[in-house]
Amino acid sequence: MRLLLIAAALALPVSVNTAMADGPDPAQWDAVLTEARGQTVYWNAWGGDERINAFIAFVGAEMSARHGVTLEHVRLADTADAVTRVISEKAAGRDSGGAVDAIWINGANFAAMKEQGLLFGPFAQALPNWPLVDTDANPAVLIDFTLPVEGYGSPWAMFQMVFEYDSARVPNPPRSLESLGAWIAENPGRFAYPQPPDFLGTSFLKQALYGVLDDPAVLLQPVDDTTYDMVTAPLWAFLDEITPNLWRQGRAYPANEPALGQLLADGEIDISFAFNPGRASAAIADGTLQDSVRTFVFDEGTLGNSSYLSIPYNAANKAGALVLANMILDPAVQARAQDPAVLGFQTVLGLGRLSPEDRARFDALDLGIATLAPDQMGQALLEPHPSWMTRIAQDWISRYGVGQ
Amino acid sequence: MDDTDRTRLDQSLRCGAVILPPVRVLRAAPILLWLVLGLPVLAGLAGVFAPAFGYMPALGFVAPSLDPWREVLAWPGFSQSLRVTVVSGVLATAISVASTFLIVAAWQGTRSFDWIIRALAPLLALPHAAAAFGLAFLIAPSGWIARGLSPWATGWDQPPDLLILNDPWGLSLIMGLVLKEVPFLLLMTLGALAQADSLRSMTVARSLGYGRIMGWLKVVAPRIYPQLRLPIYAVLAYSLSVVDVAMILGPTRPPTLAVQILEWMTAPDLSLRLRAAAAALVLLGIVCATLVVWHLGERIVARQGRIWAARGTRGVYLDKLLAPCASGAAVALGMVVTLGIAGLLLWSVAGLWQFPSAFPASLSLRSWIAQAPMMGGTLIRSALIAVVATALALAIALFVLEREYRSARPIRGYAALIFAPLVVPQIVFLPGLSTFALLVGVDGTLWAVTLVHLIFVLPYVLLSLSDPWRAWDTRAGLVAASLGATPARVFWVVRLPMLMRALAVAFAVGFATSIAQYLPTLLAGAGRITTVTTEALALSASGNRRLIGVWAVAQMALPVMVFALALALPAWLARNRAGLRVT
Repeated sequence: MRLLLIAAALALPVSVNTAMADGPDPAQWDAVLTEARGQTVYWNAWGGDERINAFIAFVGAEMSARHGVTLEHVRLADTADAVTRVISEKAAGRDSGGAVDAIWINGANFAAMKEQGLLFGPFAQALPNWPLVDTDANPAVLIDFTLPVEGYGSPWAMFQMVFEYDSARVPNPPRSLESLGAWIAENPGRFAYPQPPDFLGTSFLKQALYGVLDDPAVLLQPVDDTTYDMVTAPLWAFLDEITPNLWRQGRAYPANEPALGQLLADGEIDISFAFNPGRASAAIADGTLQDSVRTFVFDEGTLGNSSYLSIPYNAANKAGALVLANMILDPAVQARAQDPAVLGFQTVLGLGRLSPEDRARFDALDLGIATLAPDQMGQALLEPHPSWMTRIAQDWISRYGVGQ
Repeated sequence: MDDTDRTRLDQSLRCGAVILPPVRVLRAAPILLWLVLGLPVLAGLAGVFAPAFGYMPALGFVAPSLDPWREVLAWPGFSQSLRVTVVSGVLATAISVASTFLIVAAWQGTRSFDWIIRALAPLLALPHAAAAFGLAFLIAPSGWIARGLSPWATGWDQPPDLLILNDPWGLSLIMGLVLKEVPFLLLMTLGALAQADSLRSMTVARSLGYGRIMGWLKVVAPRIYPQLRLPIYAVLAYSLSVVDVAMILGPTRPPTLAVQILEWMTAPDLSLRLRAAAAALVLLGIVCATLVVWHLGERIVARQGRIWAARGTRGVYLDKLLAPCASGAAVALGMVVTLGIAGLLLWSVAGLWQFPSAFPASLSLRSWIAQAPMMGGTLIRSALIAVVATALALAIALFVLEREYRSARPIRGYAALIFAPLVVPQIVFLPGLSTFALLVGVDGTLWAVTLVHLIFVLPYVLLSLSDPWRAWDTRAGLVAASLGATPARVFWVVRLPMLMRALAVAFAVGFATSIAQYLPTLLAGAGRITTVTTEALALSASGNRRLIGVWAVAQMALPVMVFALALALPAWLARNRAGLRVT
């Protein structure tokens, strides 16, 4: 018993010091570079995509060559693992020297960390490459899921949901939520979405919510309990209608975005979707997706969001992490990320703000066989407030997630 | 000599052993067990009890409450999740035990038995996740079986819309678990058989007119079951709380409780961590309750079994009836795993491979070449951790067993101690334990990972070693002692060589256990220490079969080699010692 008590006392310190350790000042960039030299930065980023992993390795090689900073990619199965890590460290009172130096983050994970005071900053606006970020054309990069980022994360890629379809089987893809519903009814078993609370699966619910609402402005406010049932009623009606005609009659759902993509590659479904408009082209390029796949967006627009790089409040190598944050805004690195043969990510930089030779890097890029041109992408819809995501995912689970 | 005689002899021998002065250091054995097994589990549990009752200061929850429990009970999928967890765990264990007994009963002592053991042993080394992926690729509607039959037999030119994987009854999950547990139980049975004088018992039973299977069930099974009890409990606890296999093959609406806990634990909404802690304690309760029920079941079977055995039915007809079942089970098992591994290998070198082609349109080494730069270091690191952890575990196990033997007293709470890390699900106590590692400041180092692996390696090493060790015929020691050998010399010169086979198997089991650890590596390594398993599972999130193929093959290569050695080495060492052979 005494052992148990000792263990308990050790495992759960009552006093938690939330004071922020002083970090490097990004305004003094030369000092940051000097401090960063020789550091090893642990970048916690989702490790589920070979192409992304190769890109991160490339960034690491650049960091080492240009600034003498070593980059280690901590391959996460789930971004929340890194959040858990920081929370455990805070619970253990480790307010400096933490294991996570940088996180690839957005949405609910970002909201949770910012709210809990687990992030270092603000730092983004002080980065030397920040002036290249086009916040006039893309004001959305300053707001993550309706929450102001306030410099606690540096945006480095923009995403917009696109639907992918096998043009060999579907000559005329449905270009709105309504026609998608009709298409599903005519083609039972050939459409699926990942099982909420998966990020992409819940995003489909939000996309559907946009499609069924007359006035989507309500989504930008936190969920209001008094109107919630009324607002979401058409969403559940829509889902009730399509569910019997989903893949496996809605009795099972793919786990996540890669699993959904695999279903398309296996020919189990004919229409899928992803947040990276260049995913299909990149997958075709490396031979993992049939070359008859093309992409389309809804006439009413599709959800758009950005990815950020954030630094935990207790990171051991903050200077190195700042160098990383600046490095991934470098025009050469951004152009590489946008190359459809590499990642196909959309850059956050404004091309008008670049030097001619940097702009040439982007002009030289081919779009990729399945990627839509910028003028075909249609409107990017703002991500709803994070409370919508949590709430509808929770409701989805009790409506569809447990019925057998 | 009957059992009473043997027990008497044992006792007198042990009394003799007490008279010999026990080496002082051996007294530290119980403390060592506590340090390695008991303390980490208790520390981890303490770290989960508090949040389950609403106390988690790091997140600002300081008022104790029962809300987490209410939330778990109010979760709409609770009863279904509970049911599928218990049903799949118990059925997987029961089927595994039955198949193992059937295979051994039908074939022990035949040439086929050697062949089966040799064929199935490497499967033990196959990491659970790799086996699950292999199975999934085989039986999915777009899998190899469907491809092989399409379109000529089925008329499918696109994969059929059938719910096979992730079925709500947990059937594919059960299949995936059985695939891995039968080889484990077979190897444990093999260890027990070697000490149970089974072949001579069978000869007697056969000469009395018993059929092969009936005779084995009545004469050998009751003698080896006590030695298999702990491994079976470990299988049961594991099946009830498994995460990786259930994520790949298990139901999703709702998932098993262990998977749901992981989802809550990693949800962006941090307050769900309290609910996860409460659910973790529910899972712990389920595991304990199921073990108790299983134990009661054993007693009932034992009582009825005595009556049944005493009736003396010879059951010769059973052989005709069940022997084909046994061969069917073994062949099916072997086929599924072989095809699964072949599928993984083929996917690792596949170009585009569309349905319903039975083979890829093109082959390429691109996935291997892309992964090669980071694979070398990862393989070496994984092997290093596994060798050190297993060597430590083996040393501790011998230390503990020798202490037990020489002082003729069992260590108090021995079974509970070695069981603690196996019965308390990893998902329950590891998050708390990693907080502890943080406090001590050892997280993120190779040593931290190795020591956390030791918590799981040591029980498996003890499980596979302790029964053969105890069942060792002490008369050999008596003879040596009467010839003037000291206890230490008996240990080094008589006992170790005689138990070489058990030692080798224990090492291989420990090594494979270490290689397969995912959560412990992730949490103790702070994401900085990567092994083949953490890399494989991180990449498995991609659903990319080529990558999964590459890493699953890399992941199984190490333990398979060690197992091959473990089977070959003792046989080679004992080539001139007829008495040590196991047939």
